[in-house]
Amino acid sequence: MEDDSGHLNSLARACLVSLQAEAPVRVPRRRQFKLQLPCPAIGNDENRASQRNLKLARTTAYHPSLTKQSAKMEVLLGITGKDFTIIAASKAAMRGATILKASDDKTRSLNKHTLMAFSGEAGDTVQFAEYTQANAQLYSMRNGTDLSPSALANFVRGELATSLRSRKPYNVNLLLGGVDPITHKPSLYWLDYLASLAKVPYAAHGYAQYYCLSILDKHHHPDITLHQGIKLLNLCTDELKRRLPIDFKGMTVKAVTKDGIIDIEFDDDKVVKMA
Amino acid sequence: MDALVARYSRPAYQQNELFSEEEQQDLCETQPPLSLKFAMPPVAHPSSWLRAATDDRANPSCPIKIAHGTTTLAFRFQGGIVVATDSRATAGNWIASQTVKKVIEINSDLLGTMAGGAADCQYWLAWLGMQCRLHELRHKRRISVAAASKILANLVYQYKGMGLSMGTMCAGVTKEEGPALYYIDSDGTRLAGNLFCVGSGQTFAYGVLDAEYRYDLTVEEALELGSRSILAATHRDAYSGGFINLYHVKESGWEKHGFNDTNPIFWRTKLEKGEFSNVTSDFNEDDSTRV
Repeated sequence: MEDDSGHLNSLARACLVSLQAEAPVRVPRRRQFKLQLPCPAIGNDENRASQRNLKLARTTAYHPSLTKQSAKMEVLLGITGKDFTIIAASKAAMRGATILKASDDKTRSLNKHTLMAFSGEAGDTVQFAEYTQANAQLYSMRNGTDLSPSALANFVRGELATSLRSRKPYNVNLLLGGVDPITHKPSLYWLDYLASLAKVPYAAHGYAQYYCLSILDKHHHPDITLHQGIKLLNLCTDELKRRLPIDFKGMTVKAVTKDGIIDIEFDDDKVVKMA
Repeated sequence: MDALVARYSRPAYQQNELFSEEEQQDLCETQPPLSLKFAMPPVAHPSSWLRAATDDRANPSCPIKIAHGTTTLAFRFQGGIVVATDSRATAGNWIASQTVKKVIEINSDLLGTMAGGAADCQYWLAWLGMQCRLHELRHKRRISVAAASKILANLVYQYKGMGLSMGTMCAGVTKEEGPALYYIDSDGTRLAGNLFCVGSGQTFAYGVLDAEYRYDLTVEEALELGSRSILAATHRDAYSGGFINLYHVKESGWEKHGFNDTNPIFWRTKLEKGEFSNVTSDFNEDDSTRV
C-alpha cells in the first residue's frame, strides 16, 4: 500500500513538473554582476575597471598569446657591459598594416637609474609601463630612497603575475635595465607577459630574438665598454635591417650608467646591404 | 602447351607481384620520364588526404609526423663554397636521430643539402644524382649547377600542393659558372645567391653569418664561420643539434671537413673564447644569473 501511494505520489509529481514546464515561465534576466577587481593602486583605476567591464562580453580567450605579427615585429634589445646597461627599442608604432608613428619611444624610466622598455598589445604597454613608473616613483617619494633594479624587477614580475591571473591580463613584454645605485653593478632583466623573470647579460624580445641572440652569444663579453656595447648593438640592428621583412624605423637607444640614464645618438639612416 | 603455360603462369616468388606487366614496363622504361610513377593511396584526393595526415601544425595528433627541424647553410666566397649542416632529425618533439647526414653528395662535385622531410630530400636528391649522371652520359660533359638545380625545381613544382616538404641548396663549382649556389624549396622557388640558411635554425645561423660574411674570406675563415654559424643555431634552436657536418666545394670537387660533435665544440668556444656568456659552467648558482 505504501509502495503504491509512493508510486502515485511520484507520478503526480511528474505530472506537475511537466505542467510547470509547459507553462510559460519567466526566466529572470541574468543580472549583470559587478566586479570589484583588484585594480592598480594609483592613476587609472576607473579607466581600466570600466574597460574591463566593457570587455566582459567579448573576451573569449583568457590569455591571447602574443601571436600578432606586429607585436613580434617590435624590436627590444638590451646589453649589459662593465659599468652600463644599454636598452634599445624600435621607433615604429604599428597598428595592423600601418605605421602610425616613426619616432615612438617605447621606454619609461622608473627612477634615476632604472629604465624599462616594453612591447606587446597596443594600449596595455604604455598603461602598464606608466603604472609601474608611478609606483616606483611613489616608493621613492615615500621612502626617500630608490628601489634597486632587482627590487623593481621583482615588483614588476609580481604585478604581471597578478595581472595574468585576472580577467584581462596585461599583454606586455619587458626589458628592465639598470645600474645598482650602491654597488654600481649593471643588470638587465627579461620579463614576458607570462610573468617570467630572468636576469641576463643580454636580451631581446619578439622576432629580434631569432636574429640577435646568436650574434650576442658570439660577440658579447661581460666586461665590454659602452663604446663596444654600441658597436655590438649596431651589429644587431644591421642584421635586423637586412633580414626583418618590415622597416622598424630605427631605434631609440638609451644607456643606464651610475650617473643616470643617458640618451644615445644612434644612426638610423645607415643603409645595410644584403650579402 | 607448356610454352603457353609458361607464358601465363608465374613462379611462386612472383605471385605477389603488385604491378601488371604494363605497369612494369612503364616503371622500367629505358628513357625514364622526368617524374616517376608512384602508387597513390586509394582515396579520392590523395594530396589532401596526405596533408591532413601529416600537418602537425594544424593537427598536433596527426598520424604521420614528418622529420622537420634543421639548420643548413651554404655560402659562396672567393675560395669556392662552404656547406655546413647540423645532424638532428626530429619528429614532433622527439629527437629521432643525432647522426643524420644532411649533406647529400650528388656526385663528386655537386652537393645538396637536406631540410624539411628527410625522405623527400633523400629520395629526390638521389634521383637528381641519377638525372645528372644521365645528362653526363647523353651529352658527354658534366651538368651545370644551374641545370641540375632546375631539374629539381621543375620536379618539385610538378608535385606542388601534393605534400612534398623540402628546402634544399645545390652547390657546385664548374668551369663555366665558377662557384654556383642555388636554393630550391618545395613551393617551387629556385634562387641563385651568395648565401643561404635553411631550416628552423636559419635565423640564428643568419645572425652569425651575416655579421662577418665577406666574399673575400680565406678558406680557413670561411670554414670556421660556417661551423660557428651552425653552432649558434644548435645552441638556440631546439630542433637543431648533434654534429656539425662541414664541406668545402672547390673546382676540383668537394672536400669533407669533418662531422664533429657540437658539445665539445660549444664548451671549447665558451671556455677558450669567452663566448656564450649567458651560460654558466659553475655548479653553484653564480651571482650573474641569479634574480
